[in-house]
Amino acid sequence: MANWVRSIGRELLGLFVDDGSYAAAILVWVGLAVVALPRLGLGARWDGPVLFAGLAAILIQSVLRFARRSR
Amino acid sequence: MATGLVGLGQLETARMGTTLVAAFLASLVECVEALTVVLAVGSVRGWSSPLAGVAAALAVLAGLVAALGPALARIPLHLVQLVVGAMILLFGMRWLRKAILRAAGLIPLHDEQAAFAKNAAAMRDAGTGHVSGGPVSGGPDKLAFAAAFNIVMLEGTEVVFIVIALGAGGSGLLLAAALGALAALVAVAGLGFALHQPLARVPENTLKFVVGVLLSGFGTFWVGEGAGFAWPGPALANPDLAIPCLMAAYLALALCLVPMCRGRARAATVEG
Repeated sequence: MANWVRSIGRELLGLFVDDGSYAAAILVWVGLAVVALPRLGLGARWDGPVLFAGLAAILIQSVLRFARRSR
Repeated sequence: MATGLVGLGQLETARMGTTLVAAFLASLVECVEALTVVLAVGSVRGWSSPLAGVAAALAVLAGLVAALGPALARIPLHLVQLVVGAMILLFGMRWLRKAILRAAGLIPLHDEQAAFAKNAAAMRDAGTGHVSGGPVSGGPDKLAFAAAFNIVMLEGTEVVFIVIALGAGGSGLLLAAALGALAALVAVAGLGFALHQPLARVPENTLKFVVGVLLSGFGTFWVGEGAGFAWPGPALANPDLAIPCLMAAYLALALCLVPMCRGRARAATVEG
């Protein structure tokens, strides 16, 4: 039973994380964006696109770093 | 006014449709993986115990959806959108990253035939596992029941998360997400029953690519909505319009990244 619960826990964590630094970067950026963007005064309509731009940058950096290291 | 109401109705329908499709495609991937293991178990050890395991797991999962789905409705919507949006982002961007790397040939594709062979061999090597200790055709097979129950619970937990997360964004969406997942279950179970072999020709990476794009779009939108962000252009008046724009932007980005990754890997090989 304990093993089964552990494997469910591992599976649940695995839903969200397989590269720790990638997952951490996403969470840090989301937290930062939610707290800081409204205070920067960019104009409310740009907060959404800036959120997307940061997430896109994290994805680009992560896959290109993987590609550089993979061969 | 009437035109505006029609427009809002169309937006609502489009949002429910996107939710249904995203839940269907994501659940399809998980159901195919579960089917491979159930088929491996059933083909080696007989069908009654693994099918009982599948039924038991499905009952537990249905109970989870019934309990957790309505509970989310009692939490303030913006908080649900923020937290669930962040979880969908982690989930969707993880799938998108993996699908890009697989499409670029940097990590191997998932092979259902190999998974089937591996699980079937494990079942053959594991002994009878019967309560009575008798032949495979005798009493209940605990090992076969447990193997089928475990895989359906593991993959099904992911489906439950997808359904609840996609359904948390507004009224009616939980039903759309649940219907999408149910349709995937019926389609995969029907094909598995008819073919009696793993669905190796399902383009799993393409599905993961599409689902990654859809979920990343949803996740970004819901985090923005939860945080009270606005969106430019027509989405300023109708925020739902931002969802297809975000999905299109993620798709374009992902399609650009596949050849870029191949190029980086080649360059690293030459330098190395």
